Amino acid sequence: MGASAIPVIAFTLLWGAVVFLGVALPLFVPKGPNRILQVLLVLTGFTCWLFWLCCYMAQMNPLIGPKLNSKIILVMAREWVSQKHRLDRRLDNSYCIWTD
Amino acid sequence: MGSLFRSEEMTLCQLFLQSEAAYACVSELGELGLVQFRDLNPDVNAFQRKFVNEVRRCDEMERKLRYLEKEIKKDGIPMLDTGENPEAPQPREMIDLEATFEKLENELREVNQNAEALKRNFLELTELKHILRKTQVFFDEAEHGGVVSQMADPSREEEQVTLLGEEGLRAGGQALKLGEEGNEKGDQVYKSVFIIFFQGDQLKTRVKKICEGFRATLYPCPEAPADRREMAMGVMTRIEDLNTVLGQTQDHRHRVLVAAAKNIKNWFIKVRKIKAIYHTLNLFNLDVTQKCLIAECWVPVLDIETIQLALRRGTERSGSSVPPILNRMETFEDPPTYNRTNKFTKGFQVLIDAYGVASYREMNPAPYTIITFPFLFAIMFGDTGHGLIMFLFGGWMVLKEKPLAAKKSDNEIWNIFFGGRYIIFLMGMFSMYTGLIYNDIFSKSLNIFGSNWLVNYDRSTIQHNKELQLNPNSTDYIDYPYPFGMDPVWQLAENKIIFQNSYKMKISIIFGVLHMLFGVMVGLWNHMYFKKRMNITCEFVPQIIFLCALFLYMVILMFVKWIKYGPKNDPIDGPGCAPSVLITFINMVLFKPSTKVGNCDPYMYGGQSGLQKFLVVVALLCVPWMLLAKPIMMMRNRRKQHYQLNNHGAENGDVEASMGALQQSGGVTQSGGHKEEEEDMTEVFIHQGIHTIEYVLGSVSHTASYLRLWALSLAHAQLSEVLWNMVMRNGLAREGWDGGIVLYAVFAFWAVLTVGILVLMEGLSAFLHTLRLHWVEFQSKFYTGLGYSFQPFSFEIILDAAQATTED
Repeated sequence: MGASAIPVIAFTLLWGAVVFLGVALPLFVPKGPNRILQVLLVLTGFTCWLFWLCCYMAQMNPLIGPKLNSKIILVMAREWVSQKHRLDRRLDNSYCIWTD
Repeated sequence: MGSLFRSEEMTLCQLFLQSEAAYACVSELGELGLVQFRDLNPDVNAFQRKFVNEVRRCDEMERKLRYLEKEIKKDGIPMLDTGENPEAPQPREMIDLEATFEKLENELREVNQNAEALKRNFLELTELKHILRKTQVFFDEAEHGGVVSQMADPSREEEQVTLLGEEGLRAGGQALKLGEEGNEKGDQVYKSVFIIFFQGDQLKTRVKKICEGFRATLYPCPEAPADRREMAMGVMTRIEDLNTVLGQTQDHRHRVLVAAAKNIKNWFIKVRKIKAIYHTLNLFNLDVTQKCLIAECWVPVLDIETIQLALRRGTERSGSSVPPILNRMETFEDPPTYNRTNKFTKGFQVLIDAYGVASYREMNPAPYTIITFPFLFAIMFGDTGHGLIMFLFGGWMVLKEKPLAAKKSDNEIWNIFFGGRYIIFLMGMFSMYTGLIYNDIFSKSLNIFGSNWLVNYDRSTIQHNKELQLNPNSTDYIDYPYPFGMDPVWQLAENKIIFQNSYKMKISIIFGVLHMLFGVMVGLWNHMYFKKRMNITCEFVPQIIFLCALFLYMVILMFVKWIKYGPKNDPIDGPGCAPSVLITFINMVLFKPSTKVGNCDPYMYGGQSGLQKFLVVVALLCVPWMLLAKPIMMMRNRRKQHYQLNNHGAENGDVEASMGALQQSGGVTQSGGHKEEEEDMTEVFIHQGIHTIEYVLGSVSHTASYLRLWALSLAHAQLSEVLWNMVMRNGLAREGWDGGIVLYAVFAFWAVLTVGILVLMEGLSAFLHTLRLHWVEFQSKFYTGLGYSFQPFSFEIILDAAQATTED
């Protein structure tokens, strides 16, 4: 089980809000031809959430890893790792300056 | 307010109209457009109806107007279209209109005739003028050249100058361009001038004959130069006079047409409205007393008030004192299906109606289609870049809706796009979302949150291996997935397709099964609405159990597999031991025990084998349930009624009466004879058999059919990747200043192919597949579609149709 709580909660809340808006619409808006709008909101919220969820869960426990060309690996190592660790490195540097 | 979930409640009404008020009332109803009249004299042919004469007069007026319109168009005068919608004029105004059109037409015809005569005259004179000029040149040359002696032979009798058509001239001569619009077609004709000298009467007749043969025009040529000059002068003055007269005639014609152009659109609308009203009145029945017209019409129940108001307005306008009467009638006929749509829902309703108009008061799939259609489309079309193009195009049409609609183009393809603007808009929007989830933008990925796969290989390993696979069971993979959509690393991976296929196949089935389950649920609402309890217990329940026990269970297995098997678990739950969902499902249906491979447990959880067997047995039991329950219950009901009937009849000795009473109370039609009933029963059995087979086989084939979501999505992604690699990459690979130029050209090529093939053609193909998924896979679960649509008598519709036909 490799799920991180933040994205799961965030996206569930986001699309849940859309569904909730659809269900609770009559509370906010005076009566009228809103039932179509309700159906639209509920369906949109549910389908989009499920689509995101499926993609998330399909990657939760990857059974295979990506097979990569050596060139791409080199570029990945330079670009992506540095991107991910730039913040950490900046913190490290400031730490160094401070100790000096 | 009617909703779109079911068609409007309709009722058949009888309408009694006072003869004087009928015209005004029908006119008001036409403006309203909410009433569909029925033809009460279907066996009377069109020429024997009451208002044939009026219709014919309208036709005549329309013809005159079309003539006027043609003349206006010929002169290129703009026709004023104020967009105003004049009411249908009173019947007495029709005579005024007729007189106006008659006058205009006659005036115009006269002017045209005059102009033509004048023009012909003018042309002749122009010819004569040119002839005189040419002969003058000829004689001048002759005088200087000394040929005169020969020419001035006193014995010659007469000269004639002839004009020949160019085509009659082969032997040479002077070609002369007459810069006039010679013949009726307005083409230019080249003509040549001949001077013919001859002697004697015999020759004269011969020359005349030859000239006639060549269709030449003959003009006299005076002998003396002074006469010729005088003649030329005369011709010139006459031409000038003619020119002024011609100019005045044209001015007059123009004035008449300009005045007509201001009103012609209004006139057209008025005449068409009158004609439509009389057509409608022709459908009515005449009362015996001849004082009253009787009409039958379908009316939405919710609009009866509005219709009554309109009728009252009509009566007031006509000054009649007797109010019209609108009576609701009971009928056994199926009412028409009327879905009240707005500009947003209309496109989707059209998609549904193209398959079949819903039966009366049946659940309308259109409201759900508004979301499910663009969503299923987007699963196949998932690419944010292509989606954006579509979204912008749809958004532009939606924003510029009014000016675009006012243009009224008659380009069919454009009209299709414009009619579906909200569909395109939503399809684009959903495609952008699914594209973000697939992390696919023109076949490239975004790395917004930072990939969760890391490279931990050292330099030498990388240099010595051409390809390396990252290991999910190590520090290569951070333990949790990319938060939104596909990890960008997969777009670069060599084994991307293996990973994505497994993912996309699963989501296709998941969404497909949910879509079908939803369809069956909608069927439940139908049964509840029509109060068919038997259909719920004998059809809906086994259907839903069948679908859940087999296919929903498969969906659940997919989720279980996603959760349970991971790279960092014990080997028994590790990647090597993950069973295939498909194989498990097939084994389950065939009652085959799963084989154990190595140390792996072939089952995902304890008791799986038993549960699966139970589910299959339940699903199989549903088949005879669906097949037999309903006919058997119907048979038993009937027998019970027979029993009651017989008892009852024996007591009273009045079978007929009690049968009638039963029919009313029970609502079951009794077809009298025993034999007929048996035939009826076999029909029910056959029908139920077909229905069951269709559903059971359908569930299997429809589930497989949803795999098209995966197939098209894969094809789309691959095609866009190939396009990038084969085209766009070449432009980006070059450096230096010339690289810019190459990139410019390559980008243009790539952009054209992207829009033409990937957005338009792939979009069309995905659209058609989505349409099929809705029509076949979704709607077959609940939709009968045997209704006929409500066609109200509405001026708006009639005028639009008339305009469309004249523009073609």
